[in-house]
Amino acid sequence: MSDAIIAVRDVHKWYSGVHALKGITLDFKRGEALGLVGDNGAGKSTLINILSGVQRADQGEILVEGKPVRIARPRDAMDLGIETIYQYNSMVPTMSIARNLFIGREPLRFSVGGIGILDQAKMRSESIRAIADVDLHLRSPDALVGELSGGQRQGVAIARAMHFKSKVMILDEPTNHLSVKETKKVIGFVRSLKEQGITCVFISHNMYHVFECCDRVVAMARGEVVLDKRIEDTSIDEVAGIL
Amino acid sequence: MKRLFKTYLEKPELAGLILLVLLVIVFQIRSNGVFLNQDNLRGMLGILPETGLVAIGVTILMISGEFDLSVGSVFALMPMTMAVLMVHGAPFPLALLAGLLVCAAIGFINGYVTIWFAIPSFITTLGMLFIARSLTIVVSGGFPPLLPADLPTWLFTSFVGPGNMFRMSFLWFAGIAVLTSLMLSSTNFGNWIKATGGFHPAAASMGIPTARVKLACFVLCSMLSGFAGMIQMLRLGSPLPSIGEGLELQAVAAAVIGGASLAGGIGTVLGGIIGTTLIRVIDNGLVLSQVDANWFKFAIGFLTIFAVVANAWMRKRAKAIKMEG
Repeated sequence: MSDAIIAVRDVHKWYSGVHALKGITLDFKRGEALGLVGDNGAGKSTLINILSGVQRADQGEILVEGKPVRIARPRDAMDLGIETIYQYNSMVPTMSIARNLFIGREPLRFSVGGIGILDQAKMRSESIRAIADVDLHLRSPDALVGELSGGQRQGVAIARAMHFKSKVMILDEPTNHLSVKETKKVIGFVRSLKEQGITCVFISHNMYHVFECCDRVVAMARGEVVLDKRIEDTSIDEVAGIL
Repeated sequence: MKRLFKTYLEKPELAGLILLVLLVIVFQIRSNGVFLNQDNLRGMLGILPETGLVAIGVTILMISGEFDLSVGSVFALMPMTMAVLMVHGAPFPLALLAGLLVCAAIGFINGYVTIWFAIPSFITTLGMLFIARSLTIVVSGGFPPLLPADLPTWLFTSFVGPGNMFRMSFLWFAGIAVLTSLMLSSTNFGNWIKATGGFHPAAASMGIPTARVKLACFVLCSMLSGFAGMIQMLRLGSPLPSIGEGLELQAVAAAVIGGASLAGGIGTVLGGIIGTTLIRVIDNGLVLSQVDANWFKFAIGFLTIFAVVANAWMRKRAKAIKMEG
């Protein structure tokens, strides 16, 4: 119990009559890479949206590091150290890497009421370091994100989360639509997160990707958790069979 | 070298700037040197700020991903409000404040209705185009009121500078242009505007208050348009209810010629200014070159399409230049 960084307690969610989450209780353990699998409509996305502040639970409780919290907006989740990385949703393609890294959390030289002058030198130097830290080789922090490949974008998003010292990183289908080579890179990122003690929630349709980089697998179906086992205690066949 | 080339190809205002330089050269030759002489430049720079200020507002709003068709009507409503208040005895500063508040309110309504009812800003502001124009005529009672004689016109329209080259309005315009440009490029708020227009889901998921950002841009756009209208009223010496008709589309054309994307996220204040200048240059240059003035709208139309095509092409070229590693 004490090593749970996020504890979800009996969380329910209804969508206009549909019971999307039927009392989910789940611990996300500190430093663990957890694979969340399940079919479309199983409730994975709903659960993640609640943790990242995009949606709100209708009932139930969420504890972060043992304390009950209220996550009403994406910013609340980020302030608690929970960062969600969506396949395409977390980067602005028309902006540079350096600007993307600091969207909404720009370093300011001075400010009045939250609005102020950007510290662009700091943004540049810190983004160079942040990108190098995740072992991503990019030519310049001034390049537009729109020119990066899918895998590189995931890398930048992960670099951003690490830069802001996120404790929990939720990766929503990070390997979708990626080539084999790019997928390997993303799986490499997840492994390196684990090495740095960052809790990681890896959502995927692809069981092989989950088994390649996670410690524990949780399967959801029809709004409930139907399987919760350590990777070494289960197999792809068992998980696939339950789903 | 290659990187430099690429960086410049990616600049959205580049196509407009090249066209501007080319046209100035052409008109200078065609008009036998009259185009760039002091008197003509003085005339052009004297009216540039009025459309320029509107274009700045429209450009910034467009970068945030929205659109305003009501600027031409607000351009007329603000000075009319002021004139009516002054006729009833209000001092100039008070009338100015009230006029700007009316503009802010219109911008707020434009933004609020667009965002909270999730309807296209094209529709909201098209409605506002009619509403604000109608209000202008209603408050004037059909007759443009006579302006008091003691207005501080010197603050906005007197000629200043070496050889009396500029009107005061140009200084206001330059100051506002620098401030808004800095806001876009060097403040976190500018970053939010670009993110909101560039890719709304990402901006929202990173915790940017996108609704408030857009609302602020709507308000800014309306206030700049009204301010520009007031400058025109002071220059003409009378609040005409018909001023600014068609201005909304000129301002959109200026923004687009200057490289702003209708889809949001891309554009610069400088680009909007280049676009406005280009329109003014064509307007003036055609006359001086003794071309039938009815070709003016043709030229603007052609230019708008051409600039967008050229920009798209250059962006594609820039993307194709692969940098190592």
